[in-house]
Formats: sequence, structure tokens, C-alpha cells
Amino acid sequence: MIPAAFDYAAPTTVDEALALLAEHGEDAKLIAGGQSLLPVLRLRLNAPEFVIDLGRIDALRGVRDDGGALVVGAMTTHATVATDPLIAQHAALVSKAVRTVADAQVRNRGTFGGALAHADPAGDVGAPALALGAQFVIAEQGGGRRTVDAGDFFVDLFETAIGEDELLTEIRIPKHTGWGAHYEKFVRIAQQWSIVAVAATVRAEGGTIAEARVALTNMGATPLRATAVEELLRGRPATEDAIRDAVSSVADGTSPPADLNGDADYRRHLARVLTRRAVLTAATG
Amino acid sequence: MTVTADRPAAEIGRDRRRKEDRRLITGSSRYTDNIVLPGMLHLAMVRSPFAHARVTSIDAAEAKAAANVVAVYTAADLDESAGVLINAWPITPDQVTPVHPVLAADRVTFAGEIVAVVVARSAAAARDAAELVDVDYDELPAALDLKEAVQDTVLAHPDLGTNKSALWVFDSAAAGTGGNVEDAITAARADGVVIEREYRQNRLIPAFMEPRSVVVDPTGEQLTMWSATQVPHIVRFALAATTGVPENKIRVIAPDVGGGFGGKLQVTPEEWLAWWIARQVHKPVKYTETRSESMIAAHHGRDQWQKLTLAATKDGRVTGLKVELTADLGSYVAIVGGGVPVLGAFMFNAIYKIPAYHFACQTVLTNKTWTDAYRGAGRPEATFAIERLMSDLADELGMDPLELREKNWITHEEFPFTTVAGLEYDSGNYEAATASAKKFFGYDELRAEQARRRAAGDPVQLGIGISTFTEMCGLAPSRVLGSLDYGAGGWEHASVRMLATGKVEVATGTSAHGQGHETAFSQIVADRLGVPFEDVEILHGDTQVSVKGLDTYGSRSLVVGGEALVKAADKVVEKAKPVAAHLLEAAVDDIEFQGGRFGVKGTDAGVTIQEVAGAVFTAHNLPDGMEPSIDAEATYDPINFNYPHGTHLCAVEVDTETGQVRLRKYTCVDDVGTIVNPLIVEGQVHGGLAQGIAQALYEDAVFDDAGTLVSGSFVDYLVPSAADLISFDAHHASTPATTNTLGTKGVGEAGTIASTPAVVNAVLDAVRQFGVEDIVMPCSPARVYAAIAAARAGDTGTTTEGAGA
Repeated sequence: MIPAAFDYAAPTTVDEALALLAEHGEDAKLIAGGQSLLPVLRLRLNAPEFVIDLGRIDALRGVRDDGGALVVGAMTTHATVATDPLIAQHAALVSKAVRTVADAQVRNRGTFGGALAHADPAGDVGAPALALGAQFVIAEQGGGRRTVDAGDFFVDLFETAIGEDELLTEIRIPKHTGWGAHYEKFVRIAQQWSIVAVAATVRAEGGTIAEARVALTNMGATPLRATAVEELLRGRPATEDAIRDAVSSVADGTSPPADLNGDADYRRHLARVLTRRAVLTAATG
Repeated sequence: MTVTADRPAAEIGRDRRRKEDRRLITGSSRYTDNIVLPGMLHLAMVRSPFAHARVTSIDAAEAKAAANVVAVYTAADLDESAGVLINAWPITPDQVTPVHPVLAADRVTFAGEIVAVVVARSAAAARDAAELVDVDYDELPAALDLKEAVQDTVLAHPDLGTNKSALWVFDSAAAGTGGNVEDAITAARADGVVIEREYRQNRLIPAFMEPRSVVVDPTGEQLTMWSATQVPHIVRFALAATTGVPENKIRVIAPDVGGGFGGKLQVTPEEWLAWWIARQVHKPVKYTETRSESMIAAHHGRDQWQKLTLAATKDGRVTGLKVELTADLGSYVAIVGGGVPVLGAFMFNAIYKIPAYHFACQTVLTNKTWTDAYRGAGRPEATFAIERLMSDLADELGMDPLELREKNWITHEEFPFTTVAGLEYDSGNYEAATASAKKFFGYDELRAEQARRRAAGDPVQLGIGISTFTEMCGLAPSRVLGSLDYGAGGWEHASVRMLATGKVEVATGTSAHGQGHETAFSQIVADRLGVPFEDVEILHGDTQVSVKGLDTYGSRSLVVGGEALVKAADKVVEKAKPVAAHLLEAAVDDIEFQGGRFGVKGTDAGVTIQEVAGAVFTAHNLPDGMEPSIDAEATYDPINFNYPHGTHLCAVEVDTETGQVRLRKYTCVDDVGTIVNPLIVEGQVHGGLAQGIAQALYEDAVFDDAGTLVSGSFVDYLVPSAADLISFDAHHASTPATTNTLGTKGVGEAGTIASTPAVVNAVLDAVRQFGVEDIVMPCSPARVYAAIAAARAGDTGTTTEGAGA
């Protein structure tokens, strides 16, 4: 299908992009890898008058080591994130989750920051970022930068802390070196958004869970961190029964969606089963 | 003798790589949307968002004034020459058939129906202007749920007074083909077993890869339509019959067509609108649908409720089968829409000797997308029902489901066999296919693993499903079609032209859209004429080239169209023989034809058929009075349907904690008679299996309470890919068909027909232990989990629909 007509600019710096955002206001839409926006335009579900393409801003791409954290440029593709050795070593949960995003073609075009900013609750990048306590660096009008914690970044369905005239520049992921990780994604066919998924990363010490981080995909309007479960897991033996018991409350208080793939109760049930599996795999490899 | 040495290797049976693939996979193909004509205009459709509504006003002024817009048409602009869309198979004389206009006038009858068309100088301009057409609707109550619709409480077409379109009945006692089914059921209730079930056939979307597209060029003596269709000859006939343009002024071309699966055997509003508008504006026009439009407006398939009663003796001999179907037509009766369930009527008895049979099908109008043929067309529905019933009966009797089937099936010594539905099966060997399938599958080992997992209470349980199917394909003997009130015959046509250089040009009336006809038919002709495979060109899909034909559907191309080819090629040989004799200065009776060469008995003298073709071209030295042509054509009307069969065994793993079903092993042994090209057959089987498995596990066209198609994109309509399937273990048995020269049987639909019940039987086999009796298709994880949970809570699994239920 053919999108409605729009004007287009491809700035090469963050400042130029911010200036265009200021100029066009709510008529403008940023395009990163385009894997979410283009279908929306083609289906005419949205018709922005101005599209600002971030694809030529080289400064927004790449992964670097910043001591205690890794810094991922917002325009780094999923394919790069999924195969980056630094991420594999220090944030294995991100590598594993990103490898499940859509298909190879989408991962080659789609970007890590674009997906986070799009904030689809069924997307696979939010939960691992939340579980690992990522920080989001946002460029403001006037050249300033502010940093938002993951817990404050995801606001609602397709809504984040990024203001209308701002843009996401980088994601800082605290290193979790040596932590086991698993992303348990539940789908009916391979190329499907998560019905439910669970991101878990665990620091195990001799068969015991020393620390755990758990977040849920598609169990509400935003990715959800399961901090109560994380506490319950601390100090438990890494066995199926012990984990089953610790995670049984993981879906309490959640409001997951209902659709052709299942109702809310079924999703809550899935969350319990998948969390057990994710944590066990993360803890025992 | 050099004769045998020079003879080309037998082509039939060779796994030739497909000739057409180089073109298709290197971007050298030409699909309808690739066609660009000088001055061509583009169409965009304005479609109803409502399932049922009165159209109170259409304001197209803004659209007409938009840049590059040439015209906007609504129903008010149409005249008689726009034609109507036809139903070619009224299944009963009193069938209620709503008029199907090419544009909705005062009322829309499904969400997606066209109410206006924009004509513009570019596709983008047309699309933009379509958004500017302002249509006011008054919503009407919509008939949506099939079971409610048949009650006539809400009418899809209020003017018709009923949603019930036709009731088609077959009864073996009345037909004299068997006993009275009520007697059989009564007897079984007294001293036997009666299985009563209600199964749901989910609604499916053909989801062919190439969306539908049409180009019409009104300039020139013949008006030309290119269409992404399976049926160019039928489209031509229907255009002539309904739009007033004489048939001789119409040329229809189906260029490269990217899949159909029955979904493109339609005559469509989009084609008829393009045809009419091109004639209004006197310029070529093009319309290509979007995927979203394809999902809501191209016809859907299946969608039935099946009420079934099976009577049997206590030792597992089936004594009667009663079938009561309710079938959803959607809001119009499509070209063969009503006939699809009727095709199934002959297949519920399947491979079994069932003494008494009753079939009744009520077709029903609703305010949903129209339905028609989808891969298998009536036979998958029938096969699903009987194969589910046989497994349920085996469970009831505590018998092995394969043993039960063996007890009831027709044995190979009994062919030809006249069934309780009145068909004569010519050939088959169910014992051989089943024995072979069991061996390849590792049936006994998998049963042992299943027992171990059950005993251990493994969260992942194994299930084994069986489907011993047959089907009727090769549509069809014309007399039989006549007896069913079908609007056409079932013959097929072929012509063979021997060119001056010895090359061979063949035109077939079948119309390939992915099947590989160019390759398989070349192999047949090469063998028949003894010429190299590369020297044969197969032409199709253009009424100016393949002047006669009835197109491609119902697995007919090889078994009907292929036989026409054989007969035409044989005529060429017969016509060439006297020329050869003349050239060799021998008597015709002394000429023998072998391996492409006419030889004189007892001598080394000979001439090839390609040399004869050259001699006929120059015509310098022909027998006196002979016309200078050895070209020939043949029109073949099949004497019977064609009955491929096979045994399909499926093992699935069911994760009882989540309800997720994963295929573990799939083995099939299909008897498709003589195989012309094993590679193509394997491709057909694999693709067929994928689509049948998809019905069982993934695909479902779901409408919400307002009549909006919820699964209107591939986000929600789940089409599996290679990543979701496993390596199929596909094998063959061969009992050649006795009703055609080559012994071939159709393979286009076999995999789809067979696989759906194999998968669902496997899922049930895994969870019957918990008390589950039925899971409605598609067997989604949510449904499987809910069925297990309900059964464990003491509630038996029941046939219910609904999201996530």
C-alpha cells in the first residue's frame, strides 16, 4: 500500500535533527530503522506530514565500553547488538533477547533504540533493558542531555519519557559480567510478536541464586520488572522446585492484553511457567 | 541399431529442475502488476468498513477535484454493460442466490465490499483520492455467526427473507447405492456403538503470495484483460455472458501468476470494474490490491459446522454415517461457492465400506466475506470429519486406530469399487501405503515412547495422529457435472504444433500458477514424441494462444489436461506416419514409431519426427492430397474422477504446561499413481502439508461482533513458514490410475486434504488421557491448555469457538 504524501529530511547530526523536530513539532515523526513506522504509514494508520530520518547520523551508531556500563548508540541495528562481543560478554540477556526479534531482515534494518522508543509492549527489547537497569540518554532542545532510568522510561502503551521535541541518543547498560541469561519467548509461529516473554538474568554462586533480574514482555502496557520475584529468588537453590515456588506470584497484579492468542488469565499462567523456565535456564545454563 | 542409442532417456519419472524457475526467481517473470501500458490509469477502491449497512449518500466531489484524478464511479454510474458476478453452480433448482453487483448500490453486505472506484493517473493519486470519498452509512444488524444465521433471526439480505440458500441432500437408500442410515443408527443404538460429534471447520484465507491484480487494455480489435487468475478461459466466458462484449472480442491473459490455491478461480468485482472502466475512459487501467484488501475481499475458504453420526458394531465395523453440514457462503454465492461442500458429499465415506450413508448440507448467507474453493475444496472438510470419527470410534472401542481403519477399508483386491456415495474408485492399495508409512514413521517405537512419557507424567506428552485419506480430483466428467447442475463441462484441451525447425509448441487449456506445468508437460510431450525435453515449449494462460480450455483447479491439470496432451501428441504421430512412409518410400503398414523415429521394419532406414516436421513445412514432397500439417489437437473429457490416496502419520509433542503443540515427525506415503516429475510432486506434497497443518494449528479468519475481520493481516492470521514446520518424511506408493493413459493421479491438493486430521488426531491422542474429547481448530496453545485444564477439572473438552477459548 502507498503511504500518504509526506516531506522528508535526513539530518547528519543530532542537533540538526533536534532543530527539525522543533520546527515541525507534532507534524513530524522520527524514523530509525523504519520497521514499525513504515507499516503504519503504508496502512495509513498514521500520516505525519514530515518524516525525519535518523539513518545518516553516524554518531548514533555503535557499541562502546564505558567502564561499568556498555553504551549502545540508539541507531545500532538489532543485528549488530545481537552479535556484538561486548554485549554478549557483559549483557548476555540483551544478546539473547534481540536474537529473537522478528527475522533476519528486520534485525538488519531495525534499531535497538528505535524499538525502545517505539515501546511496543510485545517487543523484545524493553524487558531485557528494564531487567538490566538500563539508562536512557535523551537529547533535549538546546543541546542538553538528560538520563532516564529504565523504571521511568516506559510510561504507557507506545509511550516513553522521550518528549515530543527530544530524541533518544544512547542506552547505557550496566555490566552484568558473568551472569547467566535467558529470554523465554512464547509464540505460535516464528515471526510473531511475543504472546508473553520473560527476560531473566541470574548471578549464580555454586548452585545458589545470588542475584536475579526478571522482567516481563507483553504482560501490561509496558515491560514489567518483577522485583518481588527477584527478592524471593535471592539465596534460593537453582532447582526447578525452588524456582517454581519463588516465581508463583510473578503475574500477580498484571493486566495483560487479551487477543486471538489468549486471554489475560492464560497469559498470567504463561508468565508463571515461562518465568520458571527462564530463571532456571539462566541459573543453570 | 542406432535407433535405441539415439532415443532420449525416458522423461517421465525424471526429477527435472523446473524450467520456469529461472525466470521466476531471477526477476525475469512478468506478473500482472508488472505490466505497464501507454497512458495507463490506475484504480483505487473505496470499501465498506461495515458488515451490513445502508449507503445513504456518497459524496465524491472532493475526490473528483483532487490532483490527477480522472473519474470517480459509484453504482449510480454503472449501466448494464458493467455486468454482474455469476454463480455457475446453483446446487439446487430453488437455491436462493442474491444478485451480486460489481459495485454495492444502496446496501453493503460485508466489510470490504466496494462502494466507489477512483480512477487516477497514478496509483498514489488514486489511493489519496479514495480517502476523500465521503460515504454515509446507516448500520444494519448483521448476520455473522453461522449457527445464528441459519435461524434467520437477522437477515444478511432482508429482501430475500431468509439466509438459507440451498439444502442439498444425498441419501444412499434413495439413490440405491446403500442402505437406510436411520436403520443403521437404530440398530447400533440397540446393539453397537453410535458416535455423535460436532466438528468445526475454521474459516481460512487462501493467502496466495501474489495479491490479485488486473490490467485492461480497451484499445485494439480485441479488448484484452490481464489478470492474476487461475481461470482465464472462464473469465473470458463470464465477461462475454454478462457484459455484452462478444466472446470473440475478448482476450484474457493470465501471465505469471503467483499462487492461487483456489483463491484465484473467482470472477471478481475488481476484474469487472476494471473491464467496464477501461471501456468508459478508453484507456488502459490497472488495479492491484493491497495485502489488506486481499485478506478481506478475495474469497475465503472452509467455514462449516459438521454434525456427524457414525454407527458401528461393537467389534468396530462401521454400519452407517449421517452427515449434516451447515456451510457459510458469506454474503454472496461465489462462482462455485455453494458447490464446494457438495464436492465433499462424495468423500465422507472415504476409503471405507460404509453400507448406509446420508448427507445433507445447508448453505447459509451471512454478512461476511464470500467463500469458495480453497485447496481441497470440500474434500478436506470431509476427510477431516471421517478421519476424526474413525479415531474417536477406535478410542471408544479401545482399538488401535489403524486396526479399526483396516477393518473397514476397501482392500486392494476389491478395485474397482463402487462406493456408497456412488463413485467408482478405479485403483488403490491402502494396505501397502499404510504398511509402508508405519515402517518409515517408526510407529511401534513412537507408541512405546508415548507409553513411557505417559507413565512418567512427562509435562511434554506425545500424540500420534492418523489420516488414511483418499480424494476425488481431476474435475471432471462433464456428464457428472451436468447431473450436479454445474454450469460448465470438465473436459480439457491441448494442441501440439510441429514447427519447421523440428521444435514443438504445445498449448494447454490448463492455466499454471505455480504448479510447474511447463516442465512436467514438456516431459510428457518429449516422451510421447521422442523429442528432446528442451525442444518442447508449453504455452498457456492466454485465450489467444491456448484457444480452448477450462483452466486449473481441483488437481485436474495433469490428469485431465495431461491426457489431452497425450491424445494430441498421439495424433501428431499418426498424421506424421504417412509422410514418413512417403519419404522412406515404404508402405505405411511397415512403419514403426519408436523413440522419435519412424523406421521401416527390418531395415535401417528411418526418419525422425522432427525431420518429418521440416518436410511438412516445405511441403515439397508430400503424399498426394495430404494437407501440409501434422499439427493436432485433442479435447479430452475424463471418464471418471481420479482417486489419489495415502496414509499420513503425524507425531506431535504437546507441552501440557502451556498447550504448545510442536510437530515431532510427519510421515506420508501417497499413492499418486505414475509420477511424471518426482521433484514437483514432492513440492506439491510439502506445500500441501504446510497448508493442511496450518488449518489444524495456526490459521483462522476471525470476525468480531461487528463483522470486522480481526485476523486481517499476517500479524494475526498466522501463516506458518519453514521455521515452524519440520522436515517432512514423504514417500510414495504407486498403483497407476486405470482411467488415463499414463496412470497419473492428482497431487495438487492431497497433502492439504490428508494432513489436517492427522495433526488434530495427534493432538487429541496426546491429551485424551486427561479426558479431552475435542479441541476446535486451530489448536492454539491457549485452546489446548484450556481443554486440558477443563478436562482435569472434570469438564470434557467441548467444541467452542472464541478468542483464546
